[in-house]
Amino acid sequence: MGAERTKKDLNIRVDCLTRVEGHGTIVVDMKQGKLETCSLNVVESPRFFEALLRGRSVFEAQHITSRICGICACGHSLASIQAAEDALGLTPTAQTMRLRRLLLHLEILDSHILHIYLLVMPDLAGVKSFVPLIHTHNELVRRALRMKKACNNVMEVLVGRHVHPISLIVGGFTKLPQPQDLAMMHDVLTGLRPDMDATIELLSTLTFPDFERETEYVGLVSDDNEYPLLSGDIGSSDGVRMKKQDFQKATNEYIVPYSSAKHTKLSRDSFAVGSLARFNLNHAKLHPKASGAAAALNLKPKCANPFLNTLAQAVESVHCLEDAITIIEDLQSVGVNQDEQVVVGVNERMTLPVQAGEGVGAVEVPRGILYHHYQVDDSGTIEQANCVIPTNQNLSNIEQDMRALIPTVLHKSEEEITATLEMLVRAYDPCISCSTHLLDVRFMGR
Amino acid sequence: MKRPKTAFFDFACCEGCQLQVANMGDTLLEVMGLIDLVEFREVMSEKWDGDLDIAVIEGSITDLHATERIKAIRKRSKVLIAYGSCATIGGVNGMKNSFDLDEVGDCVYGEGRWFFPTEQTRAIHQVVPVEYAVNGCPVYIPEFLSVLTAALQGIPYAVPDYAVCIECRMNENECLYDRGITCLGPVTRAGCNSWCVNNGNLCYGCRGMVSSPYVKGMKQVLEKHHVPIDFVVNKMDMYNKCRELDRNGR
Repeated sequence: MGAERTKKDLNIRVDCLTRVEGHGTIVVDMKQGKLETCSLNVVESPRFFEALLRGRSVFEAQHITSRICGICACGHSLASIQAAEDALGLTPTAQTMRLRRLLLHLEILDSHILHIYLLVMPDLAGVKSFVPLIHTHNELVRRALRMKKACNNVMEVLVGRHVHPISLIVGGFTKLPQPQDLAMMHDVLTGLRPDMDATIELLSTLTFPDFERETEYVGLVSDDNEYPLLSGDIGSSDGVRMKKQDFQKATNEYIVPYSSAKHTKLSRDSFAVGSLARFNLNHAKLHPKASGAAAALNLKPKCANPFLNTLAQAVESVHCLEDAITIIEDLQSVGVNQDEQVVVGVNERMTLPVQAGEGVGAVEVPRGILYHHYQVDDSGTIEQANCVIPTNQNLSNIEQDMRALIPTVLHKSEEEITATLEMLVRAYDPCISCSTHLLDVRFMGR
Repeated sequence: MKRPKTAFFDFACCEGCQLQVANMGDTLLEVMGLIDLVEFREVMSEKWDGDLDIAVIEGSITDLHATERIKAIRKRSKVLIAYGSCATIGGVNGMKNSFDLDEVGDCVYGEGRWFFPTEQTRAIHQVVPVEYAVNGCPVYIPEFLSVLTAALQGIPYAVPDYAVCIECRMNENECLYDRGITCLGPVTRAGCNSWCVNNGNLCYGCRGMVSSPYVKGMKQVLEKHHVPIDFVVNKMDMYNKCRELDRNGR
């Protein structure tokens, strides 16, 4: 690289980044080789959920917060319910926990498939979206839609529908699967195995950008042998470990003027959450078939290449599919106790005991740890609410990655640099609807 | 026949209704054969700034920028479809209208609230004229396909204007009032096949109110079960707060 190149001006602005959930803008401003601005601006209209929850019954919180995001509606519901139950002092039954784990697996699987095939694959194929792929790679598109539909069909049986689950509430489920439902779910999921094998095979043939940046990874950790998704402490690759109740010390939210999504930091200037973070922290607890997939994809911990988050998602997809099948088989052997069915409304019949208190939900949703935090009075009415979204936790880290990445790609054309930056952001699978919405790259004065 | 140029746009929402499109499976490929999908930011990088035959709008209008944007989309679109509760009735975003807007901003962003100006939430028809509505949170895909078919043929689509209770009875569900639970089915528009009640939950009114709810009958039900009217109104406001803007004459 010559002196002129290193001293160049670069001005990128991508307004309304596509193939991500929500509205965001990438802005890069380099003058004389000095990076002055490098940011990912969330330009989504804020929706103020935390304010709207005040005065609502904690039994309605799941219904409302599910509407924060259509992609991880079940994840928000699970975090909300966990926070509500923590505040009310309710302990869910083993059967309820099992069904919730099953649901979370299905949502992570569904979301990862969407991201891998419909959002990332067009980048790797050098096209703008899945639409041209319908003609050039018809079987691949059909496989993606088939896998998504399968996940949806199973979730429809389990909770009524994926987008805004119906039967998942504080205290348990308003409808429980019958033996024929379990058999159907088992058939559909075992039937997904060939498509999953084909997915891993396909990904093993693809090349991702070669880039690494030493990063602090944050995720749920535990002392048992289960890959922690629905419960656990907060842990980091820098050795931090704390109870979920202390999450505010782990996230340290702060506001930046250009973004309607809040930013976070822990031991360093930024940290990452999501599939790659979970893989780095908990790879030893993956299902053996998922470990096999990681080996086939040559994904090894600790991996610090953010582009490979997509591969970590594929590995987790295998884990979620296999563990979901195991959970269903367990339920088939012990049977589902239909007496545990609950109907509470807003608890007008005082079916469940209510007490004043504070509660935290910490759940690994597709994009990383999601926290819900509620304070309720003795009638079960919410006084304060706070939700910390995975994408917000990743925003600072994405910006740090962009800063490190840009100098390594300066020799490329502006179009190529823009495409690489968009790919980087997309690799994190940002959900801007959640964080409030995201992406558009702006280069300025090159 | 030339395939109509169609685009999806989102405003303040969770994008779950757009996701319902990706959840259709093979049916999506059939739909793609009938329309020329030119913009759909959630899953496509292609953009289109020319005229549109059909614009599908998800989300509510909550700030000045959105108002300008929806007006511009309206100008270049022959047909506008309000898609999902946030678009058709304001949906959960409407709850914001029960609060003082500065206080709401303060609650979420504190001192930073001035960076994020917000306005009263409005449904799409409260800002620009709308030809079709697909109700629901989320939309019910069979209904979306009916509306899309009507739009493609240029014929009207009539959203059922009777209560969810009609469908609920057909599905042989036990009435929730008889189980001691307050449900909004008696005043909410049908068309969802009583989706939530079929799955053991109650109706939250996400499809909006019927145009002439049977007030007397509803009052009798509430009296019989000792449910205070404020309690029901509060439930109704979860999705239907923006209806007040209709009443006050837009």
